[in-house]
Amino acid sequence: MYNQVVMDHFKNPRNVGVIEDPDGVGEVGNPLCGDMMTIYLKIDENEKRISDIKFQTFGCGSAIAVSSMLTEMAKGKTLDEARKISNKDVAEALEGLPKNKLHCSNLGADALHMAIQDYDDKKAGIVRPREEREEKHEHGDGETCYCPYCDVELDEKASFCEACQRDLTEEH
Amino acid sequence: MNVINLDHISFNPLLPEVREAMIDAINNKDLHNPSSQHKAGEKSAEMLAQARQNVADLINAADPKEVVFTSGGTESVNHAVKGAAMANREKGNHIIATNIEHNSVIRSLKRLSAQGFKVTSLSVDESGRVDPAAVADAITDQTILISVMHSNNETGTIQPIAEIGAIARENKVLFHCDAVDSVGVVPVDVQALNADLLSFASNPFYGPTGAGGLYIRRGTRIFPLLDGGVQEHNKRAGTENLIGIIGMGKAAQLAAAHMEERRAHLADLKKYLVEQLPQYVDEYIINTNPDHSLPNLLNISLKYIEGESVMLMLDEENLAVSTKSACATGSLRASHVLLSLGLSHSDAQGTLVIAWGIDNSKDDLQKLLSTLSGVVSTLRSMSPLYQK
Repeated sequence: MYNQVVMDHFKNPRNVGVIEDPDGVGEVGNPLCGDMMTIYLKIDENEKRISDIKFQTFGCGSAIAVSSMLTEMAKGKTLDEARKISNKDVAEALEGLPKNKLHCSNLGADALHMAIQDYDDKKAGIVRPREEREEKHEHGDGETCYCPYCDVELDEKASFCEACQRDLTEEH
Repeated sequence: MNVINLDHISFNPLLPEVREAMIDAINNKDLHNPSSQHKAGEKSAEMLAQARQNVADLINAADPKEVVFTSGGTESVNHAVKGAAMANREKGNHIIATNIEHNSVIRSLKRLSAQGFKVTSLSVDESGRVDPAAVADAITDQTILISVMHSNNETGTIQPIAEIGAIARENKVLFHCDAVDSVGVVPVDVQALNADLLSFASNPFYGPTGAGGLYIRRGTRIFPLLDGGVQEHNKRAGTENLIGIIGMGKAAQLAAAHMEERRAHLADLKKYLVEQLPQYVDEYIINTNPDHSLPNLLNISLKYIEGESVMLMLDEENLAVSTKSACATGSLRASHVLLSLGLSHSDAQGTLVIAWGIDNSKDDLQKLLSTLSGVVSTLRSMSPLYQK
C-alpha cells in the first residue's frame, strides 16, 4: 500500500514530541478521516530560522509519515523558505501517497504554516480565538471526491457516481 | 514469512480436506457441466447435489432445492434484497433494516430507494443490538421486507434474529437474514430463525472464496438477479462454479460435524483475550457484545491512536489484524457501525478487529498482546490526544 520512503518515515518517525515553551504552534484536524496534527516550532530570532521542530500526530500511517517528512524538510529553513513548503512538496518528497491518502499530506504543510502564523501573531501581539487557530480541513484540490447518496469515495473528479449513477454537483 | 493470521473475518485458509476435494475435482477429467444430459454431466450433477445437501443440512433447510448457489455473500445479499423488493413491489414499497448492516445490504437499499422504495433504518443500542419491538413498530401496511444481519462483520455482535423472524412471520412480511459471518461458525437454523431468505458464504467456514449461497424458502416470491439459463432451479442463471461448490460442500459437511468443538476452542480463545487484555493495554473500549457475539472476533477501540497505524505496526511484526470491514478499508471514513454504537469519531478511528480461527492458539494471542502493548505505547507517545 505504501512505498518504502513512506514506510520508513512511518516506522522511524523523525522529530516526534513536544517543544516546551514553543515559539509557534499549529494545530490542524481533518474531520473526514479523523487525522489530527500539531506542529511545534522553536525559532532562531536572529536568523528568522526554524532551529527546532517537533510534531504530534493522531492518524494513519500516511499522516505520521507526512508529519515526519515535513519536519525534516522544515528544520533549519528560514521562515520565508518554510512558508514556501507546499503540501505537494511533502507528498513528492515521500515519493507519492495512495490517492485516497493524499489529503493527509494537506495536513502537514498547513500545520507548519499555522505554526509560523502563530509565531508571527505572538510577535505582533495578536491573540486569535482558538477556533481560528485550529484549522478544520474539508476537501480541496487533489483530494478524493465523494458521493453523498452512496457514502462512497470516488477515485477522481466525476460528473456522476458509478455506484448510483446519479449526477454529482460541483461541491461533491 | 510466518504471519499469524488474526484477520480471519477477511479471509480463512482452506481446510486440507476442502483443498483435497477441490483438487480431486480439478483432476477429475470426467467433470463436466452439471446441466449436460450425458453421463459425465449427470455425474457432475450428482456431485453438485451432494454439495447442496451438505449445505442444506448445515442450515437445516427442509429441501436442498431451497439452496441457491451464488458467487458469495455479496451476490446472495443483493439477490435477496433487490430480488424480494422487485418481486413484491405490487404489495408495497417499504423495507426495514438496521443502520449497521453490511454495505451489500445498505447499498442495495440505497439503489432501491432511488427507485421509489422507502427504507426505515433502525438504530441499535450501545451494545450493538436492535430491539425487536422497534422492528415491530416500524412495520406498516406497505412493508414487504425486513432485512437484519445475524452477526455484525465488524463487531461480531449477534442480533435477536429469532424474535425478529417471528415478528416478520406474524405480520406476513418477508424476512431476510444476512448470515454471512455466522453460517458455519455458530449454529444457524433457518427454521428456528423464521428466515425466508438467508445469505451466506463459504469462506467463513473454511471453504473457498467465490462460493456462497442464498436460502430461499419454498414459496418465497423473489426475482432472480441474473437472467439466462435455467440453472439453480430457475433462480440463478449461469453455469455453476462446480469446483468452488464442491469445496463449499465439503467445508459445510466439516463445519456441521465439528461445530461444537470448533466453537468451544474459539470461545476459549476469546475468553483468554478478554481476560488478558487489561494487563497489556489500558484505556480501550470493547465494542463487541459480551453476551451475544461470535466466538471468533473481538472489536476494540484503542483510545488516542488510529487503527491503521496499529495495524501497520503489527503487520511489521507479522501479525495480521484489520481495522474494519475488509470491504470498506478503501474508505477513510470511520465505521458506520461503530458510530451507530455511539462512539466518538476518534474512538471509532482507533478500532482494531481481531478475528481468530480454528488454527490459532493462545500463543498467537499472547504474541499479539505483548506486541500490541509496545505498539500502543509508541503511537500514544506521538498522539496529540494522549495527555499522560
